[in-house]
Amino acid sequence: MRYLPLTEADRRHMLDRIGVASVDELFRDVPAAARLAGPIAGLPSHQGELEVERHIAALAARNVAAGSVPSFLGAGAYRHHVPATVDHLIQRGEFLTSYTPYQPEITQGTLQYLFEFQTQVALITGMEVANASLYDGATACAEAVMMANRVTRRSRAVLSGGVHPHYREVVDTDAHYVGFDVVIADPDPNGTEDLEALIDDRTSCVVVQNPSVFGQLKDLSALAAACHAKGALLVVVVTEVVSLGLVTPPGEMGADIVVGEGQGLGNGLTFGGPYLGLFATRDRFVRQMPGRLCGQTVDADGRRGFVLTLSTREQHIRREKATSNICTNSGLCALAFSIHLSLLGETGFTDLARLNHAKAIMLAERLAAVPGITVLNGAFFNEITIHLPRPAAAIVDVLADRGILAGVPVSRLYPDRPDLAELLLVAVTETTSDGDVAALVAGLEEVIR
Amino acid sequence: MNNTGRKTAPEATPDGHSGFATLSGNRALMVEEPLIFEQDSPGTSGVDLPEPPTAALRLGAVAPRGRIGLPGLSEPTVVRHYTRLSQKNYAIDTGLYPLGSCTMKHNPRLNEKLARLPGLADIHPLQPVKTVQGALALIDELAGWLKALTGMPAVAMSPGAGAHGEFCGMLTIRAALAARGESRPRVLVPESAHGTNPASAAACGFIVDPIPANSEGRVDVAALLARLGPDVAAIMLTNPNTCGLFERDIITIADAVHQAGAYFYCDGANFNAIVGRVRPADLGIDAMHINLHKTFSTPHGGGGPGAGPVVLSAALAPYLPLPHVVHDGAGLRLVEHRSDTGATGVELGRMKGFHGQMGMFIRALAYILSHGADGLRQVANDAVLNANYLLASLGDVMTGSFPGPCMHEALFDDRFLKDTGITTIDFAKAMIDEGYHPMTMYFPLVVHGALLFEPTETESRQSLDQLITVLRGLVARAQAGDVGFFADAPRLTPRRRLDETAAARKPVLRWVPPVAD
Amino acid sequence: MKKYTKDHEWLRVDGDVAVVGITDFAQQQLGDVVFVEVPEAGRVLEAGKEAAVVESVKAASEVFAPVSGVVIEGNAALSDDPALVNRDPEGEGWFFTVRLSAPAELDGLMDEAGYQSFVEAQH
Repeated sequence: MRYLPLTEADRRHMLDRIGVASVDELFRDVPAAARLAGPIAGLPSHQGELEVERHIAALAARNVAAGSVPSFLGAGAYRHHVPATVDHLIQRGEFLTSYTPYQPEITQGTLQYLFEFQTQVALITGMEVANASLYDGATACAEAVMMANRVTRRSRAVLSGGVHPHYREVVDTDAHYVGFDVVIADPDPNGTEDLEALIDDRTSCVVVQNPSVFGQLKDLSALAAACHAKGALLVVVVTEVVSLGLVTPPGEMGADIVVGEGQGLGNGLTFGGPYLGLFATRDRFVRQMPGRLCGQTVDADGRRGFVLTLSTREQHIRREKATSNICTNSGLCALAFSIHLSLLGETGFTDLARLNHAKAIMLAERLAAVPGITVLNGAFFNEITIHLPRPAAAIVDVLADRGILAGVPVSRLYPDRPDLAELLLVAVTETTSDGDVAALVAGLEEVIR
Repeated sequence: MNNTGRKTAPEATPDGHSGFATLSGNRALMVEEPLIFEQDSPGTSGVDLPEPPTAALRLGAVAPRGRIGLPGLSEPTVVRHYTRLSQKNYAIDTGLYPLGSCTMKHNPRLNEKLARLPGLADIHPLQPVKTVQGALALIDELAGWLKALTGMPAVAMSPGAGAHGEFCGMLTIRAALAARGESRPRVLVPESAHGTNPASAAACGFIVDPIPANSEGRVDVAALLARLGPDVAAIMLTNPNTCGLFERDIITIADAVHQAGAYFYCDGANFNAIVGRVRPADLGIDAMHINLHKTFSTPHGGGGPGAGPVVLSAALAPYLPLPHVVHDGAGLRLVEHRSDTGATGVELGRMKGFHGQMGMFIRALAYILSHGADGLRQVANDAVLNANYLLASLGDVMTGSFPGPCMHEALFDDRFLKDTGITTIDFAKAMIDEGYHPMTMYFPLVVHGALLFEPTETESRQSLDQLITVLRGLVARAQAGDVGFFADAPRLTPRRRLDETAAARKPVLRWVPPVAD
Repeated sequence: MKKYTKDHEWLRVDGDVAVVGITDFAQQQLGDVVFVEVPEAGRVLEAGKEAAVVESVKAASEVFAPVSGVVIEGNAALSDDPALVNRDPEGEGWFFTVRLSAPAELDGLMDEAGYQSFVEAQH
């Protein structure tokens, strides 16, 4: 077994020093009834690299890679081009195979990139402080609601109809079992909902996504003011982080907490995970934040260095009184994000966002010209909702057979809403070619004719 | 973590450096590296993009944003920056990493290669299901292994890490109780438990009652049995426990828990010690999370991402979270909503954005296939052998907390440092200068000044012998009363002891541009 | 009159007003104090319930109200300089002042000599 360095002679020698005759004796505290005499029957034995590679490659070959065909899938996961440097650097063993930086003297590498990551997230969201990441956007959203409940000492969250339904479901799972109320607004494909009417003295927060899951982009300043007038917080969700290179960030619209899915920078689609939960807020709420925080300090020689800090919020100290039970973060995904954003820089990030937006404008114009298709969005970033003359799922299915991943039918997200079945979410990124758009337009024209 | 007066700010040590001061502040291979923000070359980018069209924007009422404040860096600058940062990190690839209860074992690179196959890395979570049959088959195959290795009938794959798995498992218990029309408020958690256990139970709305340990480092069964009653929803027990010991009475405990109408949650963080040798189902467990980043060697990545699938007994299986994979006539499908065909209809709901940590599933499956049933059993054997070898080789100079055999980790306490003026943390910092990552310290809480070593099965005998030699030497030095040596350690690291007190009193959590005069 | 609790708090009582803080022994046990959350004026305290929080780097502890009453003032200086609790725990490092609503509760607390022997018994 190539990963196990002990030889039989080593094992013999070690058993002798321990003073037992066999390794079985070391398991003597296991009740006899539960001891297995040998390897579990019916399972294969060990295999070489070649065999394992063949097996898993065969599974991979049964999938259609999004990059191998024209793909317009978004809805919370976006296929951007990740520079080769990113994946090379995150595979350095010193990053990949290190643990949580509990010994800061020998993990300054991890700590410094987390400090830089926190700064980058604060800058792009327009907020004052960010944590060192959470599992993904959806869980970050649920953590934001629970933090708002703590800050306001209230327990009713209002969720916009533009928030990704998966995010709403994760919040709802927590609400149901942790014990707080959620007011879930009706799905809002047109971006016309009025949330202000739902805010009252019991509201801890309003959660709104920008652009919404339907691609609708809005100014949230008035909503922020309405929240604050009632003592509630405004939580803004961003699922397409590249949008922050172009649009006014939530922090400048009055958000109190910004959560996001950071996958779009540095990280691939990977069938939905691991992804990267972004979490940013105002300085005054920092002690109510979930998740790890890295802070600057000095060492015994007075030199700048970094440590994990404000740990008294966390489970390993506070146990049942912690702000969250979270232990693990998405460290390596945060590193990939941070490297990608470092490579882009101010001009690269803003140019990337403009490229995405320009592609989307072109797509919207081309689709709007197809008879039978209506584009619902006036304002958007890189994703739009279109109305088709027939249920979108069947059309997507036919186009998939022709090698086009046409987008996400809203019925995939809201199967119990027949009134939304004819809606299709269509996203583009800088990876979308003009040929891809032409293929989609031609395919849709043909199928709906 | 201890709760009493551990130093968190370094004492002044005027002469701590080794060697001479350099002009640059660099020390040969150890290069001082500024923040990216301090290397800004405005207008520079490490990515070449086409010029964006100047067409009108369609942002509606939202204005395009102004300057963000991100630094401009070329690709060479970025590569050098992160390479230099990486050189300031300790890692499994660079040395033995005996952090107890973290299972820092070798991370095979085959697993990295396979996770990057475009057919797995480049698939969208919402692609039509017929275009991702291989991905669903992979999840299903890994699920099959996890069920077979634990003897449990069901597994929830979506939790993102161990603590998330605990949360999921405890929610299934709440759901099962609710279905029985009961609302039992209390969860019993041993004092030796990981902090995530009480935090997860509390996050699910339970009241946490601590259960004491006995003098043998195991849960006090009498105290536990006395606390069982109609108000108890579950017990959360780590097995092997955080003292590195197998809970001998676990079947008795499980029977009593079930008799009382409660459920048995097991923290599977230490599954590495028993994989292939003991099936948790045979111990009477109802739910157990499996840290794929521990037992199945997906990389820890500086603190994540992890993955925490939860195996479930028949009683809890219907309550697994959405989504999950089912077989139907045509192939594999995802059940994403309670109304979907194949749903149990009583699922917990969604716990994570999409279907789970696919990238970690690929790596874990590759690891499992590489070992096979025989190799996994050998993993447990060697992990336990290595820990007992440490216990046996150090027991005469350091103070083992409990008699062996231990399982995959060896627990010592600070009695061997008594009256030396040297603390566990000082001892650990001296290990750093010797080229080792320290063991877990001050945890579990049931012994004083704990030192918890988990060598894992991927350390050779030579590697353990070197560690043993170093530890014995450090003990001798400590017992000779060389307080200053330990108080000043580490001296040879990129940074010496850091002032955690200052960091917490005036938190600086991001870079801000210097204010111009 | 100075009184002490088994949770290592002290009270300096003057009429129906008490100044409350944590003892020198308590601050030594905590280590470097990095954060203190004191109750706001007007908050009604119930003896034995949480009144304040004191944190070191590695520990967070609730400070329980030693007596019932209404908070007159929290020590604002602690938010800027939590180290006052370490430097002068039974002086400048006070936590809050409270107007007693049940002065008889004081009878259940220890005097200085009683507290000294209580601390010694803890070792």
